[in-house]
Amino acid sequence: MGPVLAGVLQLLALIGALALAYIPLGTYMARVYSSDKHWRVERWIYKGIGANPDTEMRWPAYLRGVLAFSAVGVLFLYLLQRLQGILPGSLNFSSVDPAQSFNTAVSFVTNTNWQSYYGEQTMGHVVQTAGLAVQNFVSAAVGIAVAVALVRGFARSRTGELGNFWADLVRGTIRILVPGAAIAAIVLVACGAIQNFSGIHEVGQFMGGSQQWNGGAVASQEAIKEFGTNGGGYFNANSAHPFENPTPFTNLFEIFLLLVIPFALTRTFGVMVGSVKQGYAILATMFTIWLGFVALMMWTEFAHHGPALQLAGGAYEGKEVRFGVGSSSIFAVSTTLTSTGAVDSFHSSFTGLGGGITLLSMMLGEIAPGGTGSGLYGILIMAVIAVFIAGLMVGRTPEYLGKKIGAREIKLAACYILITPALALVFTAVSMALSTPPHSMLNSGAHGFSEVLYAFTSASNNNGSAFAGLNANTDWYNTTTGLAMLLGRFLPMVFVLALAGSLAEQKPIPVTAGTLRTEKPLFTGLLVGAILIITGLTYFPALALGPLAEGLAS
Amino acid sequence: MNNSVSNTARLLGAALRALLVLTLVTGVIYPLVVTGVAQALFHDKANGSEVKADGKVVGSSLIGQSYNLPLKKGRQTPDPDLKWFQGRPADGLGSNSVNTQYKLLLSGATNLSADSKVLIQQVKTAKAAVVKDNSVPGYTVKASQVPADAVTSSGSGLDPDISPQYAQIQVHRVAEKNGLSVAQVEKLVKDHTEGRTLGFIGEPRVNVLELNIALKDLLAKH
Repeated sequence: MGPVLAGVLQLLALIGALALAYIPLGTYMARVYSSDKHWRVERWIYKGIGANPDTEMRWPAYLRGVLAFSAVGVLFLYLLQRLQGILPGSLNFSSVDPAQSFNTAVSFVTNTNWQSYYGEQTMGHVVQTAGLAVQNFVSAAVGIAVAVALVRGFARSRTGELGNFWADLVRGTIRILVPGAAIAAIVLVACGAIQNFSGIHEVGQFMGGSQQWNGGAVASQEAIKEFGTNGGGYFNANSAHPFENPTPFTNLFEIFLLLVIPFALTRTFGVMVGSVKQGYAILATMFTIWLGFVALMMWTEFAHHGPALQLAGGAYEGKEVRFGVGSSSIFAVSTTLTSTGAVDSFHSSFTGLGGGITLLSMMLGEIAPGGTGSGLYGILIMAVIAVFIAGLMVGRTPEYLGKKIGAREIKLAACYILITPALALVFTAVSMALSTPPHSMLNSGAHGFSEVLYAFTSASNNNGSAFAGLNANTDWYNTTTGLAMLLGRFLPMVFVLALAGSLAEQKPIPVTAGTLRTEKPLFTGLLVGAILIITGLTYFPALALGPLAEGLAS
Repeated sequence: MNNSVSNTARLLGAALRALLVLTLVTGVIYPLVVTGVAQALFHDKANGSEVKADGKVVGSSLIGQSYNLPLKKGRQTPDPDLKWFQGRPADGLGSNSVNTQYKLLLSGATNLSADSKVLIQQVKTAKAAVVKDNSVPGYTVKASQVPADAVTSSGSGLDPDISPQYAQIQVHRVAEKNGLSVAQVEKLVKDHTEGRTLGFIGEPRVNVLELNIALKDLLAKH
């Protein structure tokens, strides 16, 4: 069997596993967010918080909950890093400096997990396990909560009520993320991922002498890092590190973990709006884009254009032997089309076009299938835009799921889709125009520009992967990517929740012969087209300067 | 005004309590339970899959090592010890830049682009070295035979594996340097070649540390 065929078979196995999980997980999640029963442990937690989980919130209250919880999260994580030097269980690592602490705190709270530090030499056990890993759970739960609030906006009528933020946060964590991550963590350990609390110790070597390792709760963090589409590695090499991702099987398993919730949430959506077919139409859109991008990536990586890769005889720079080109290509596309940003191979050393695909994947706004929750609300915003475009074509007031898409709704959706491109492009342009930020580039020419564009695209879209040659640990990049992550996460949430509130207040309009059937393949086609055209028009000039220039030159 | 300040304070208080409770669940209980189960069921793996030779720990089967001669005076990089099988280049591997009281392995890739002049030079140099080192009397390695993994750095810099092709072109050299027959060394490589998981997951590979330990055992019996 050749590597291409093996790559295709791995892709088919992955699709099969995702298909098996789709209905049970999606339906289960719908039940989690619709049930009026509380688990006993959840009651204890609500008592600890001092919140009544049965109080319905209108959108401003829901938003205040999201913002307050996230603000406290940033502050807590910032202080934890600043105090690392005096915290016990921190391997005697010193405190992290202010700019980097700010950047990292924002990064993990926004589900971005951009890392301007080297995990193994910077963060001790306490910061990793009780700080960073905690945000891996709760930032994912916040994302799902906001998506569920939007779905309730479509599902409910003549009310402004969107549910209770604390209940959604706690249920997502306790009923979905913790059990899933615990099982996944044990699977990873069984395959060789490490899970211990040993300090830094010497291990003998074959040729004599020794090497220094630090232990850590790696498998437990790795599991939620993928399952919650987070992406921040325990080690600098992220999921390329054998202690995070020891075997070819774990690699495929980790890809499965990072895709399963975002895809299954379309089922949750379908169940909650009372038509699973509506969920299938959204799923089909996500799946079409994902599969198309995987196919393109495999093609360009196996063809290994680019002088250095041609000379080497294969695109193995930055890739591990045990994964190979096929599996690494699937990982790269899946991690950038979700908001994960974990890497099992280094995108900067991909072919010019391959690197361009990872960039474009993020630029789509991470909606195919996107991050936990953020993918669903992102694509529902695009669906609103798509029915609006369709409405313009036939001269009818657009509607979606029985709700009128009027001026207010379309303004909110338009604001949403403008934020991340504005952040990514403006910060990139300013960085290129100033005199010192370009010094951080490792490579020169088109690829150097791509490094900067990649950094801000990744930060604004809350992805977190990097063309990691860029030295991002400078005050400029720590501050600007931090701002891009904050604004790129929370401004869209403001518009999503405002839209949800406005939809929930409407009364439903009946389906007539003139209604656009959004559960049909025609709509899926329209939606795929709208996504590609809007992203293409926004980013084409920037892509032409970076990866296209590099890819076409080779 | 006072009202909104106290409302905000109450909200932030609830948020802080929520964070602390969830930190207890996901940042303390969850990792401790997973660690307990992992240590009970998969003790060796949870602690880094250490491997022993002659009763001494010689590394982890998951972490690649270098097999070099001691560094000569006045040289920047050590020469490979050609007696042993060699792993992949690791030009992206770093060394401690903060908390320098330690000498930690700092995993990483080169991040050089496909059109980088530096990378082109690295690949050229590595290829020439592989051809030169592995060509022994009666066996000449051609540049076209050298597989890509032999001349590129991995993502982690700690890749424990090489492709079976790269192991294969080292067989004649290893046999000659150790006074073994080519057939003996070839069998060793064959025994340590791991195919794709279930026949299609990942790529075939040879674990260099395990191969060298087996080679050492063979030499001891020889």
